[in-house]
Order: sequence, then structure tokens, then C-alpha cells
Amino acid sequence: MPRETVGRTFLVALSVCVVFSVLVSTAAVTLRPIQEINKLLDKKKNILLAAGLMEEGKSIDDLFAAVEAKVVDLASGEYVAEVDPETYEQREAVKDPSLSVEIAGTALAGIKRRAKYAPVYLVKKGGALDRVILPVHGKGLWSTLYGFIALDTKDLSTIKGLVFYEHAETPGLGGEVDNPNWKALWKNKIAFGASGDVRIEVIRGSVVSGRPGSQHQVDGLSGATITSRGVSGLLKYWLGPAGFGPYLDKMRT
Amino acid sequence: MGKSREALLGPIFNQNPIALQILGICSALAVTSKLETAVTMCFAVIFVTAFSGASVSLIRKHIPSSIRIIVQMTIIASLVIVVDQFLKAYAFDMSKQLSVFVGLIITNCIVMGRAEAFAMKEGVGLSFLDGVGNGLGYSIILLFVGVIRELFGSGQLFGQDILAMASEGGWYVPNGLLLLPPSAFFIIGGFIWILRSFKTDQVEEEG
Repeated sequence: MPRETVGRTFLVALSVCVVFSVLVSTAAVTLRPIQEINKLLDKKKNILLAAGLMEEGKSIDDLFAAVEAKVVDLASGEYVAEVDPETYEQREAVKDPSLSVEIAGTALAGIKRRAKYAPVYLVKKGGALDRVILPVHGKGLWSTLYGFIALDTKDLSTIKGLVFYEHAETPGLGGEVDNPNWKALWKNKIAFGASGDVRIEVIRGSVVSGRPGSQHQVDGLSGATITSRGVSGLLKYWLGPAGFGPYLDKMRT
Repeated sequence: MGKSREALLGPIFNQNPIALQILGICSALAVTSKLETAVTMCFAVIFVTAFSGASVSLIRKHIPSSIRIIVQMTIIASLVIVVDQFLKAYAFDMSKQLSVFVGLIITNCIVMGRAEAFAMKEGVGLSFLDGVGNGLGYSIILLFVGVIRELFGSGQLFGQDILAMASEGGWYVPNGLLLLPPSAFFIIGGFIWILRSFKTDQVEEEG
């Protein structure tokens, strides 16, 4: 049979596709459970990083024992007892019409829907509530940034850390949201103004310390205006009345 | 014996894919700021070049020439996905750092180049060795660049402190340029210069 006939070409193409799709799917399916465990560990690690609890050389699961996960109804700010925080997936819930709501108007975070419920992570120190870690997400330039913000429970306004665990911003520009130096700038910034409005923002250029309002400002990422704006927007949204506002109000009283 | 030896060892210095053929530069710039990522990338590329070479060679007599590039791409892409899945399962942090560059092995010219130029003509075993050899040739450069960049850029090797950094009370002021991708150009250029000073037959004729 000659090599160059149409039938032969189709046959070769088809058999190559079948053989290699079996190979790829076998690898994907058999390795998925391990990958899921890794993803979960990575998420826990980032929660610990945001809370400032991460210690090198210790098991993430051991460290995570200090963290209590709960699920909050964003609209009322109440805890939802019937949803298991271990299995609740906020990102899956966004796709489910019965578990999510549309965001009216132009959303600060650039997202169109949000889940009704969101997980929160509480860290206790010596029996008393020390930190609360809230998941945040919103659009940057290319991608949706997913992260965690840790607030001090003393005033629920002092930021203890902000990390993004998943994004696809330009490496070296917007991707600098991962830069430890930049992340360190967030520590001890004040999220809310005196009247309870969200004041925290990423500004253009560098913050002049001592100037009024500088406690609410973080240096912009140079060359990444849209990512910087995205970070400001998503924090304004998630800390504001449409996001965790009701929950934070409840906690304050 | 001579032929398989040549297929395996030739690409390391005599026919180095990066230094002589100037292939696969893009990933060599991107993953070499740390040795750890460079080593992982080396293993990934060796695996892909070796097995894609063997697979292409195995069915070389059946591949119609009109779709041979697509068939090669399918094989290479599948192997790269397998590598990516393995990294995600067993080296999650590493796969996060390498991010897109594992996927980009698909477009690494070395893999495609060897499949087309070697594996389409030679036997399975020989193509496998040629793949390993070219992977090694790529690795040599990556490791060379990685050692220089990590050692002088951040005073470390494999994340272990070697040179005491000035910022931590030591004496060494790191060269920040080495952490930026363009520095790999200079180092690869330097490597090619040294290599061609010894192997003058690699020098291209002027004009």
C-alpha cells in the first residue's frame, strides 16, 4: 500500500491521535487525585502566608490546624452552618445560578457574578480571635487574580497580609504581585477610613510616608497600571458593602 | 557502536543544539535564574526529546510526508502534557515556577528539529539516544547559565547560601542584572565564544 494516499493519511492521523489521547488521558486521570491534594495544600499554604503563620520546614497541615474555616452568607454576614467549608468551592458556586448572584452595574472587581457564600478563615491565638482571612478575587489585566487578605481582628481594619495564589499577569510587570517586597508593603496598612469606607488603594508611584492618607496607600507596580488598578478595585469590592462588609460589621459589634 | 556513541555524545559539545545550532534559546533565558528550575527543565526536555525521537522513528515508515509535521507535533505535545501532569502531581511548587515554560517545550525548536532531521531517517534506538544527547546538550548550557546566574545573581546554589550577601551582613554585593533574562544572552554568548575557541571548526565563515 503506497504511503501517500488519502486513506492512508487519514488512517495514520487517526491512529496517532487515538494512541496519544489514550496516553494523555491516562496520565491526567491517574494523576488527578495527587494534583488535587497539591492544590489544596497550596491553598492552605497561601492562607497561612496571608496570616503570617507560614513557617518553613513544618507540615502545612499541622500549621493549618490553628486555622478554623467557616462559610459566610455575604448578603447577611451570618455564618452558614449547613455548608461544609471543607468541601465548599466558591469558584464552582459562581457558575451555579442557585448559589450565585449577578453583580449589578460596573463592578469594581471586574467580575459579573459572585457566589452567595464565601469561606472565611479564623485564626485564634491563646484562645482569642487574632486574625480573619478573607478570600478575594477580581480582574487584573489578563486574568482573574485569586488571593487572600488577612485582617487583624482587633479593629478589623489593619491588614496583616495580602497574597495572590493564582493569576496570569505579565511576569515581571503585573506578575510582581508575587514579589515578597511588594507583599510586605501591605502589612499594617489600614483598610478602612474613619467613616467605615474602604480607603485602601494601590496608588501610582511610591507612597510618601507621613503624608495624610499614606496609611491607606500601597506603592503601585511600575509598568502594571491595570493590574494595580485591579488590585485596588477587587479590595474595594470585597471589603465593601457588596462583599464582606456585612460580615465585618457583624464581627465589629 | 560508533554511531550510537556519536548520536548520544555528539550533541553535547560538537553539535550542541544551543551553542552551534542556536535552537531553544527562549527557554534557556527564562528558566535559568535559579538552578532548581533549570534542572527540572533539563529533565523535562531530555524526556521529551528522547521519547519523541523514539516514537517518531518507530512510525517513520508509515507517516505520510504531507502530514509529517502535524504528526510530530501531536507526539511532542502529548509527551509535554504528560510531563506537565507529572510535575503538577509530584513537584507542584516547581510546576508553578516553571508555569508556561513546560508547555512551551512543545515549541522548543530542538525537539521539533531532531524529530524532523534525525528521527524521520534513523532507527528507534539511535533516535532515542540522539534525543537524550540533544537533551543533554541543552542541559549543559542550562546548567552552565544557571550556575552563573544563581551564584552571582543571588549568591546561592540550589537555594543554599554560598556567597555571603551584603544585604545580610556579608561581603558579596549581588549583580542584579544576572537575575534578568537578558543576562543569559551574554552568558550563552560567552559559552559559544569559549567553545569555538577550542573547536575552531564551529566558527562560521565570514561573508
